Amino acid sequence: MSIASSTEVPAKDRVLRGIDEARATFKKTLLVCAILFAALIVVIVVMSLLGSEKLPAQASLCALLTFGKTSCGLTSDQDAILFDIRLPRILLGAAVGGSLAVAGASYQSLLRNPLAEPYLLGISNGAAVGTMIALVFMGAHEWSRPLMAFSGALIATLVVYRLAQGKTGATPERLILAGVIVTTFLSSAIVFVTTLMDATRIRSFTFWLLGDLSGTTAKLLWLALLIAIAGTIVLAAHARSLNLLMLGERDAFDLGVEVSRVRLVVFIVASLLVGSSVASSGSVGYVGLVVPHLVRLSLGSDNRITVPAAAICGAIFVVVADTIARTIIAPRELPVGAITALIGAPLFVYLLRRR
Amino acid sequence: MLEARNISVKYGPRLAVSEVSLRLSPHEVTTIIGPNGAGKSTMLRTLNSGIAPVSGEIILDSRPLGSYSRRAIAKRIAVVAQEAELRFPVAVFEFVLGGRYAWSSTAGWGWETARDVEVARDVLRETRLEELSDRLMTELSGGERQRAVLARALATEAGTLLLDEPTANLDLAHQAAILALVRKRCDTRGMAALVVTHDINLAAEFSNHVLLMKDGKTVAFGKPNEVLTPDLLKEVFAVKVLVDAHPVSGVPRITPVHEVLR
Repeated sequence: MSIASSTEVPAKDRVLRGIDEARATFKKTLLVCAILFAALIVVIVVMSLLGSEKLPAQASLCALLTFGKTSCGLTSDQDAILFDIRLPRILLGAAVGGSLAVAGASYQSLLRNPLAEPYLLGISNGAAVGTMIALVFMGAHEWSRPLMAFSGALIATLVVYRLAQGKTGATPERLILAGVIVTTFLSSAIVFVTTLMDATRIRSFTFWLLGDLSGTTAKLLWLALLIAIAGTIVLAAHARSLNLLMLGERDAFDLGVEVSRVRLVVFIVASLLVGSSVASSGSVGYVGLVVPHLVRLSLGSDNRITVPAAAICGAIFVVVADTIARTIIAPRELPVGAITALIGAPLFVYLLRRR
Repeated sequence: MLEARNISVKYGPRLAVSEVSLRLSPHEVTTIIGPNGAGKSTMLRTLNSGIAPVSGEIILDSRPLGSYSRRAIAKRIAVVAQEAELRFPVAVFEFVLGGRYAWSSTAGWGWETARDVEVARDVLRETRLEELSDRLMTELSGGERQRAVLARALATEAGTLLLDEPTANLDLAHQAAILALVRKRCDTRGMAALVVTHDINLAAEFSNHVLLMKDGKTVAFGKPNEVLTPDLLKEVFAVKVLVDAHPVSGVPRITPVHEVLR
């Protein structure tokens, strides 16, 4: 009898033990999120140093680490660029990226469709129409923008969901077609509202429509950050239900998921996320497609890990994309939506062909 | 214990089930047989609270079914449905752990406990899937996948199991394997099972009671040898059948006699 045989594990048990280690657990989720969050902080700091106006690295780093309490040798102009222009814009990018990625991941699980994405389903456009109506007719009230954006997103969501339901259920193709119809219909609504504006505002408007992080107010920034964090927490709290919904509504119901309640929660929270993003920065496309897909590819498709990880990765993705957008042809700028679409559209084609 | 008393169910404008009564008792397998559109699957969905009956009542463990929350029902009744198309990759082990959802302490973010993992391992052994547990569901054969669906239902530890054509699309060996597993659970752990099937011979072999349905109504209910008679089967399926005793088990064996063959 050899010594090894006493510690040998039967093959069957080894397989079970292996899968148990690969499975998403609370510990693994915390670890992954901590690492990603650290990466996000690094990205935020590094990206705030880059831009058309070069900032001295050491002094900026020092200023950032003391939260601007000491100037660390930055001139007052440099200080203003860092804390009043760049940092708010980067934080907004993080909020928008996180919001859209989480909304995308949730829509994909709920609708059982890897191609579902707020922008492609017309939900971003719904929010855009809401924002524009608020701007044109309720310009005096700052809060009307996010409120109308949320309403627009929610209405677009419900319409797309209804349109996609065929007699045989919703196929992925049907959902995308429904999204195309809603998107084009809302695009003409956008054109219509644009004609009601004065000519001087139209250019900044077209820019905003393509996704632009430069023109927001402090209030909207805080709102976007707050909604991004709260929305991620609420949706992550429904992640186990989403895991079962991913396998089919009937299966989820049989196993104990209150399907209609979860669906309502996802629709409302995702619409809030998309609404607050669009109200502050227009329609940044494909974030909800690219980020959850890459997260699933590397971490598996358990939503308890996908949802929080997508939030942080989405933030990183948009902050980096926006830095590219504002530096690549500096001192002029591209809308960040152009960069995300440039990455996202080919991935969409790849995903569509792989099915 | 699950019992339907005189239930009628509307499916669209049509009355799909009309005044049917059924009682599922521990240790017993009950089979519903009938032609397409007889209301078999509707009956099954109604028993699982997926559709509400327009009249009659359903009693689960001496309380009306409607008084339970969805999670509470899922702890007591498990369903093996015809499989849905999978669009996201999921490993067999994770798939089976899905059966533990109703037992989680919090609704959504709850993580599986050591006991959940233990239960999942046990049912994977029981369904002989332990060596496949790290595979993706999409990599399994049809028979293995259906075993995984059954394993997930068993992982709920529900006392009542409802199976909707669990053996459709399976070959002979896999059909028998699925029903043998169900039979064993009923015999050893006092589970009650209801099987909707088109396979009359499997029903005869594995069930204690057979409910024969046509046009939403009960035609006959009783032991296989009482219900599976040439007259009743001809009335329900409009086809002449030959019934003799199975040479090995002695249960009724049904052979359709098609007009064209004579």
